[in-house]
Amino acid sequence: MIAYLVRRLAVLLATLVVASLVIFATIEIVPGDPASFMLGLNAEPATVAALRQELGLERSGLARYFDWVGGMVRGDFGISYTYRTPINTMVAERIMVSLPLALYALLLAVLIAFPAGLIAASRRGGVADTSVMGFTQIGVAVPNFWFAMLLVLLFAIKLRWMPSGGFAGWDTGPWPAIKSLTLPAVALALPQAAILARVLRSSLLDVLGEDYIRTARAKGLSPRRTLWRHALRNAMIPVLTIIGLQFSFLLAGAIIIENVFYLPGLGRLVFQSIASRDLVVVESVVMLLVCSVVIVTFLVDLAYVWVDPRLRR
Amino acid sequence: MKLRSLIPGLALVLLVIVGALTSFFWTPFDVTRLAIADKLQTPSGLHWLGTDHFGRDMLSMLMVGARTSIAVALVAVGIGIGLGVPLGLAAAARQGSLVDECIMRGNDLVFAFPALLIAIMITAIFGPGAVNAIIAIGIFNVPVFARLVRGAALSLWTREFVLAARVAGKGALRISVEHILPNLGNLLVVQATIQFSLGILAEAGLSFVGLGTQPPIPSWGRMLAESQTLISLAPHVAIFPGLAIVASVLGLNLLGDALRDWLDPRLRHAR
Repeated sequence: MIAYLVRRLAVLLATLVVASLVIFATIEIVPGDPASFMLGLNAEPATVAALRQELGLERSGLARYFDWVGGMVRGDFGISYTYRTPINTMVAERIMVSLPLALYALLLAVLIAFPAGLIAASRRGGVADTSVMGFTQIGVAVPNFWFAMLLVLLFAIKLRWMPSGGFAGWDTGPWPAIKSLTLPAVALALPQAAILARVLRSSLLDVLGEDYIRTARAKGLSPRRTLWRHALRNAMIPVLTIIGLQFSFLLAGAIIIENVFYLPGLGRLVFQSIASRDLVVVESVVMLLVCSVVIVTFLVDLAYVWVDPRLRR
Repeated sequence: MKLRSLIPGLALVLLVIVGALTSFFWTPFDVTRLAIADKLQTPSGLHWLGTDHFGRDMLSMLMVGARTSIAVALVAVGIGIGLGVPLGLAAAARQGSLVDECIMRGNDLVFAFPALLIAIMITAIFGPGAVNAIIAIGIFNVPVFARLVRGAALSLWTREFVLAARVAGKGALRISVEHILPNLGNLLVVQATIQFSLGILAEAGLSFVGLGTQPPIPSWGRMLAESQTLISLAPHVAIFPGLAIVASVLGLNLLGDALRDWLDPRLRHAR
């Protein structure tokens, strides 16, 4: 177990280092000068040169890379070119939208997927199973941004139950903020619930075919008790893996939904920063999101090995 | 496994393909013709799916948009297969070696990047358009096919017919091409349909945020983006492009599932 942990940690660190190089190199080869972009077409060359000096753009790429990585390790993400604000502050504000949104969407996905997957597996081949599988096929095929637009049409415009966009802020109280995040979370949750339901159904069907399940039934346990007490726990291992991976996707992949609902999250920050050529923000936020994906994947791998001792060999 | 399980998926896919191919020769109306006087009309005998905010016929726009989605997704799958399959074969042929490690760690690195975010970054930085969208989507297909091919090829390398080829003096490259690759056809076909459907979704997403196919070429994603502010006035301009995307992706997923069952030799005897 220790050897496995050390090996995975080494792979994690190597992945982060290479990812940082790729992100930095990608940003480096972006055409155009950020200082010229900020000052406009009619800026004096001397002014542009002074701004480049101030922003550190005159230094070599290698020096800027090590400064950037060193700063990130210390928790200093630098200063935004556009807003002249510490990127830490911007990220902290935006993560208060993106993180609750990801958690909310994941919770909804689990609440939808678990009953659906359980019903489908326990009534295999029946009407309920076919219906659930049909809905999951459609759920995976529906683009979440289109679904978001339909939700806005129904719940915000026709019924006026929910806001059509924007974020109320946590300082107005939890309920207005949660209300702002509800339609986006539902839009994000649908395809994830479809995937999760299919995985749970498949995993349960595998487990329900095992000998110990037959033994449990032979002992006289009812189908329901067999399912809950024996089958579900063993079927949860791959499902927990998927849930972990879905969380990291929801954190990093909500960029389009944030645009549909005008939510001030991390994805929208990246989008706006790309448009304004604020490359320091792009570098730092993308690296942060990649770190979160890599770390969550690492934790899921560890949890998998911890839960299933057979994988430690 | 009966042939008719292929029908629902195949029917949807053929509908989209026929629409796209037909658009090269004929569309009900010219998609470049603006007719503001006819804007936002609901479906009627003249305009079967209505018109958009510029008076353009929705059905014609969807047919031409199908071309875009299919072309981008198809080429992206081509990139995935063209680069991923050789990488997977090389990794399997050199299992445990530095080549194998480098290829697999490279795959893991690509998987570590959130695909949509990176695709948006690539297209925004290098310029919006179909070509950059293809590259951005294609990059994430490469490790999928590489991993799939490596896994399948590793089990084939232990088979007797491969051992016989080695004894006959064939090298790893010749064995990979002549013996391993032909046995991966079924797997590649099924995975290609799945990646194709994901490619259509990805292209629609990039076009929705303005980073995919650019005007005046119609695109389903951009049709949705333009309909966002009009949805309460004319819901049909948002509903039909969305249904087109759902039909394409659903058809491909159903076809992929049916093909997987159809091509599985263990189920073949059950037919």
